[in-house]
Amino acid sequence: MNLNSLTLKEAKKGLLSKDFSSVELTKACLGQIEKYDKEINSYITVCNEEALKQAELSDSKIKDGDDSPLLGIPIAVKDLYSTKGIRTTAASKVLENYIPQYDATAIAKIKNAGAVILGKANCDAWAHGSSGENSDFGPTKNPWNKNCVPGGSSSGSAASLASDMCIASTGTDTGGSIRLPASFCNIVGLKPTYGRVSRYGIVAMASSLDSIGHFTRTVEDNAMFLNVTAGKDVFDATTPYIAVPDYAKGIKNGIENLKIGVPKEYINSGMDPVLSDLFQNVLTEFESLGANIINVSLPHTEYAIACYYIIQPAEVSSNLARYDGIRYGNDRSYFGKEAKRRIILGTYTLSAGYYDAYYKKAMQVRTLIKKDFEDAFKNIDAIVAPVSPTLPWKLGEKVNDPLKMYLSDIFTVTANLAGIPGLSVPAGLVDGLPVGIQILGPQFSEEMLYRVGYAFEQKTKHYKEKPKL
Amino acid sequence: MEPVIGLEIHVELKTKSKMFCSCSADYFGHEPNTHCCPVCIGLPGALPVPNKTAIDWCIMIGLALNCKIPLFSKFDRKNYFYPDLPKGYQISQYDQPFCIKGDVEIKIDDKDKSIGITRVHMEEDTGKLIHSTVNGKEVSLVDFNRSGVPLVEIVTDPDFKNAKEVKVFLQRLQQIVRYLGVSNADMEKGDMRLEPNISLRIKGEKSLPKYKVEVKNINSFKFVEKAINYEIERQKEILESGQTPEQETRGFNEQKGKTVSQRSKEEAHDYRYFPEPDIPPIKLTDLEIDALKDNMPELPDAKLERFKKEYLLSAYDSEILTREKSTADYFEEAVKIGKDHNISPKQIANTIINKKVDIVNVLPAELVKTIVAGTQTTQIDKKELEEIIKKVLAENPKAVEDYKNGKENAIMFLIGNIIRRIGKRINPNQLKEIIIRLIK
Repeated sequence: MNLNSLTLKEAKKGLLSKDFSSVELTKACLGQIEKYDKEINSYITVCNEEALKQAELSDSKIKDGDDSPLLGIPIAVKDLYSTKGIRTTAASKVLENYIPQYDATAIAKIKNAGAVILGKANCDAWAHGSSGENSDFGPTKNPWNKNCVPGGSSSGSAASLASDMCIASTGTDTGGSIRLPASFCNIVGLKPTYGRVSRYGIVAMASSLDSIGHFTRTVEDNAMFLNVTAGKDVFDATTPYIAVPDYAKGIKNGIENLKIGVPKEYINSGMDPVLSDLFQNVLTEFESLGANIINVSLPHTEYAIACYYIIQPAEVSSNLARYDGIRYGNDRSYFGKEAKRRIILGTYTLSAGYYDAYYKKAMQVRTLIKKDFEDAFKNIDAIVAPVSPTLPWKLGEKVNDPLKMYLSDIFTVTANLAGIPGLSVPAGLVDGLPVGIQILGPQFSEEMLYRVGYAFEQKTKHYKEKPKL
Repeated sequence: MEPVIGLEIHVELKTKSKMFCSCSADYFGHEPNTHCCPVCIGLPGALPVPNKTAIDWCIMIGLALNCKIPLFSKFDRKNYFYPDLPKGYQISQYDQPFCIKGDVEIKIDDKDKSIGITRVHMEEDTGKLIHSTVNGKEVSLVDFNRSGVPLVEIVTDPDFKNAKEVKVFLQRLQQIVRYLGVSNADMEKGDMRLEPNISLRIKGEKSLPKYKVEVKNINSFKFVEKAINYEIERQKEILESGQTPEQETRGFNEQKGKTVSQRSKEEAHDYRYFPEPDIPPIKLTDLEIDALKDNMPELPDAKLERFKKEYLLSAYDSEILTREKSTADYFEEAVKIGKDHNISPKQIANTIINKKVDIVNVLPAELVKTIVAGTQTTQIDKKELEEIIKKVLAENPKAVEDYKNGKENAIMFLIGNIIRRIGKRINPNQLKEIIIRLIK
């Protein structure tokens, strides 16, 4: 087996027992990037020298008995995360030459845990998109079928991991940007509870929706990663003082007698029939694991996309105002079409005379959607739902139809509006393309999600399927 | 015609750190762009974390202005573009400020007048533009040291009828803010900035005029009246010619003593306010508000009343002594020391007020000593004292002659001789007066 295709847990074990070095592991990843990324285009910036230097340092630390959680593990970072001294573009030409003077808190934590940063992963510019095609640095290809999109906006992070160019990667999820690409690339992706992981230093898309998560090959890897990034940050006023448990600890407790809800609104909504069948099989698996499947209703789901596409562009229009051409080198003419579309939309809905009809109304609907989940979770432990209504689509297929593109987030935006966590786990292949399911729970229930995800993953082992590059 | 004037006043707080980051808020006179961090220059990804002390101080200002303090409050984003605003929006408060509905009593020609306070809210200051020439090219430079310094905005009801009332109110506000110790409130340094809204209506009319003119750039106390009076006259002329003044923002030009149009109604901003998603709403409890009340220093009115009662001072004396907190504190310290020397508060008050004591350099104990010395002199019989002085003058004709010829020092020689002859502490100034009188 190649070192670069190890799970985080395996890699860590191998490093600590000195079966291989971090330099070897890092070189294996860099070699894979060298070999395949011209085609996949999952990185905007690759940090060969810095990564190898960091790997050497990790090796000497391992020798000294250091066992920090991510020590010597090569990681890809979505290019939305500020990295001190490493160009951070948000995949937009506006920030083409921007080199941050500081590290995002999540980066500081990852570095502190010993990780080796391989480079900055491609994504939709400003995280606007569901396919990765809005990147100003070219679209990322799906490693499973290079004519298809890998899902967005964390397209590069997902594709890089799925094609064995890193051991784990970071992403952001504002409306599905981690769960969708995880689902399209057959990997595990977590959108944590809003505020569980600090947003400080990560280029803001829509501040009240942005969740800072990550991709791994397995559920256990994912829990190990969250152990590093979760927690209160004095630089982010929206991170509460809620204790961080060991997320990997109760992972093997099984799901016998757990009540798992299936929202009817997610099943009856024009899903691809092949995917409906697959989802029924998923439910059967859960039942065979001892869980009770309960039908639930989230009655305001149908308003979620409309609500999301009011709130999100409103916040986007304000968050992008700082790129006014005075700093950062490039002016506003460098904004891509999608960013411009959202700036105009958001500016309009916040304008005097329209605010009440749009933004205020949307915030009220948001409260109702949140309440839908609160009510549902009174009777169930978790929800299982599809991530996407379709299989990964062809590159270019939805580029000229923004509305169609927006609708691909139909099952994912609700979690962001409600601020609840969602874990995307591989659920099998259809026509050689991956399909994922998401497990949703109440706020700060990541332990439960991992427990459910782990049981399903260990039963089905879909994560073992690898694309042929 | 009757002026209708309401005020917007910005007060910069003197907290240690800025409103949303830990940079020093003490920027005045510092090298440009040395008090900055990712937050106050609005770098990608930076987030604001509110300064608890600044919020407490804002609420204290509200309490001092008799405002109600709602238990729920939030920050909002005020969106607009300007080169000194690095995020493209200012974090401010829109519809749910920290303090609402207060009032302040002022005295105009011995009559009490109440000025309504609409609201007091918290926001952040902007950077500063410096227009200069670099290598022969005219440029505008931005200094972000001030960006993010805590700013409290106080909005009054349109209760003022003339510039004098505005000035008295401003002095009052400055006094209160300084008593609270939350700002230097120095207009010349920009710690306190005034933006009056001025319009005119026919005397006796109740409804507000259909237009108003906001005047900016009044950067000094001495221009407050000038700017307002100029604007009143300007509008009067327009109205008398049968027209209505334009709703606009005007800037005061110090050199010309005039207001100049800056922005018309059509160019008015749509700030697109919405709740700041980066800062959770602020929820207060009655207990917290009470604790702030308990921790507030005694305010000018209360102090004045206490001085009258406790020290049996006149309203006039009390007013002068409490005008500035430092004077009041000095007075009370001296009273404490004076008690041991049988010096009355009234004697101390008289000395401070009449002699214009330098309270920065003369310690209260020293002041009491001088008063004690002065008191002892009077205990010597006046005639006896004059006898001694005459004798000393007669014994030292040369010194007397020298003094007459303009040698100021000679008089010190005579005073020294006299004090030695009396053998008691005595007020040299008093002696000097008698000597000069006798020589003449």
